[in-house]
Amino acid sequence: MRNKMSLLVVMVLLIGLMAAPVSAQTRIGLIFAEGGLGDQSFNDAAYRGLMQAKEELGVDVIYVEPADIAEMEEHQRAYADLGLDLIIVIGFIHQSALTEVSADYPDVKFAIVDDVVDNPNVTSLLFEEHEGSFLVGVLAGMMTETNTVGFVGGMEVPLIRKFQVGFEEGVKWANPDAQVLVNYAGAFDDPGRGRELAISQNERGADIVYHAAGGTGSGVIDAAVSNGFYAIGVDSDQDFMAPGTVLTSMVKRVDLAVYEVIKAAAEGTLEGGIWSFGIEDGGVGTSEFLYTKDIIPQEVLDTIEEAKQKIISGEIVVSNPLQ
Amino acid sequence: MGDVIAMMFNTAVFAAALRMATPLIFAALGGIFSERSGVVNIALEGMMLTGAFTAMFVTYHTGMPWVGVLGAMLAGGLIGLIHAIFCVRYRANQVVTGTAINIFAGGLTVFLLRFFFGTAGTSPSVTTIPDITLPVLSSIPWIDRILGRQNPLVYLALVAVVVVHIVIYKTPWGLRLRAVGEHPRAADTVGVNVFKMRYISVVISGALAGLGGTYLSIAHLSRFSEGMTAGRGFIALAAVIFGKWTPLGALGACLFFGYADALQMRLQDIGIPTQFMNMLPYVLTMVALAGFIGRAVGPKASGEPYIKG
Repeated sequence: MRNKMSLLVVMVLLIGLMAAPVSAQTRIGLIFAEGGLGDQSFNDAAYRGLMQAKEELGVDVIYVEPADIAEMEEHQRAYADLGLDLIIVIGFIHQSALTEVSADYPDVKFAIVDDVVDNPNVTSLLFEEHEGSFLVGVLAGMMTETNTVGFVGGMEVPLIRKFQVGFEEGVKWANPDAQVLVNYAGAFDDPGRGRELAISQNERGADIVYHAAGGTGSGVIDAAVSNGFYAIGVDSDQDFMAPGTVLTSMVKRVDLAVYEVIKAAAEGTLEGGIWSFGIEDGGVGTSEFLYTKDIIPQEVLDTIEEAKQKIISGEIVVSNPLQ
Repeated sequence: MGDVIAMMFNTAVFAAALRMATPLIFAALGGIFSERSGVVNIALEGMMLTGAFTAMFVTYHTGMPWVGVLGAMLAGGLIGLIHAIFCVRYRANQVVTGTAINIFAGGLTVFLLRFFFGTAGTSPSVTTIPDITLPVLSSIPWIDRILGRQNPLVYLALVAVVVVHIVIYKTPWGLRLRAVGEHPRAADTVGVNVFKMRYISVVISGALAGLGGTYLSIAHLSRFSEGMTAGRGFIALAAVIFGKWTPLGALGACLFFGYADALQMRLQDIGIPTQFMNMLPYVLTMVALAGFIGRAVGPKASGEPYIKG
């Protein structure tokens, strides 16, 4: 009898759960890239966008930080089963898993940052990193006193090539005599190598080094401080990491992309496809020069602004190695 | 081609090689102690990472990097003690225990980073051990540009190699250490406490590996970042084998790996891929193990738990 009673209770509870009124609130799930929160880079930026959407749009949010690439697919499937209104995944590391999962769940809406998944239920959020890198290239080309600047990349993948090419073109546009030294660390998590690469570039004459190397890049900034040259940060505003030494950062507004895609989902206008964030909409660009206003001459700032307008008007076309 | 040769003898490359080799040297010396006593230490990577974190953490709170060095050695030694307890007391598989420690250290450091600093990727910047100029070396031409001005830990690594060499080959304790690793039964028969020797050696091993990690976080760089050892513990292990379990051999291997790395960084422009250099230590280790360049045979009892009686 007791058993039957408890069975009944369980069943009632289960039915109750299933029948629970679906809240009218838009529910958003976000899956971070490796590294997770606190990377002072794009995971943190994605989190800011998510929190902004929660406050301003009143959406309901959940998120998870996977430990490695092998977990991505499981998290994507788990979230897809929850019946969320939109699932956002951060980073190209999710791409192959999402291609499969989004095909298996055609009724669930997904968005991916930094890569393209060509399924109708996926919105791909891309950034014009080459254009933003062009602007910091203009800065480096004008500020260099040795006519030599450096670029340190993390892994030699197409996305990072995009930063390199834009930077090189920006430097040349502002200063045709300048040369750009290019090195790749082969890792995004080895600041020791980042430091040595930056030092080797400095020894070969570079007085400004731009990094697109994730955690490896903190070594570039450290080298700039200890050996007395300038660095340029990337993704988030890294100017604060070494005030006065980091001239600016090529800021990539992942928060903006995340916020915009959630907004579209909340308004019910999300249709998939590729969204590109560039200079015009503030998706990429320089930092606010908070600590370097006095170091950078007004003339340089004006030229950066000029380059910006010319890119927007189409007068300058920055090469995109991904196209 | 002339550029390449000029670069090969560039003093800046040698100086960079020394900086790259320093964390490897400390960890490799640690590996030698452990392996010589008969305990395989695949956990060097995790011990280095723990050391790197602790050095940053202690320095952050005390503002004194040398206290951070001490803290890192203690923390590395503690991880060594855990390894020893499992391998010596409980006779667990040493490779499995070592691997577990590596994974544990990777998780623990990130957990602590988040717990204390609310960030997972990179710690705040801390005071570092400043470079020093050595009075005599800095007055010799050519040498001064390589050895004249370096971090104190770089010099300490070179001194440590000599000290470990003397300890292992010129002292009674070193003889006992080698005996325990080669033939623990025989050592036991003549009254050497095998367990005690192994405990001490593995703890020293951890402390040295921790010191290697210290160099990364508060001497070479000024902060801890997630997984910052980036496989150096394994390269150090490769150096132990390539150097045939001797301190001087390991020093040679570490310097060679460091040099190859430093050279490659400057020669990327001529098209040697980064990945090739990343493979190099392991390829050479396999070559050494396969016996192409003399025999590389480790201590006979390495990896085998000792059962008394």
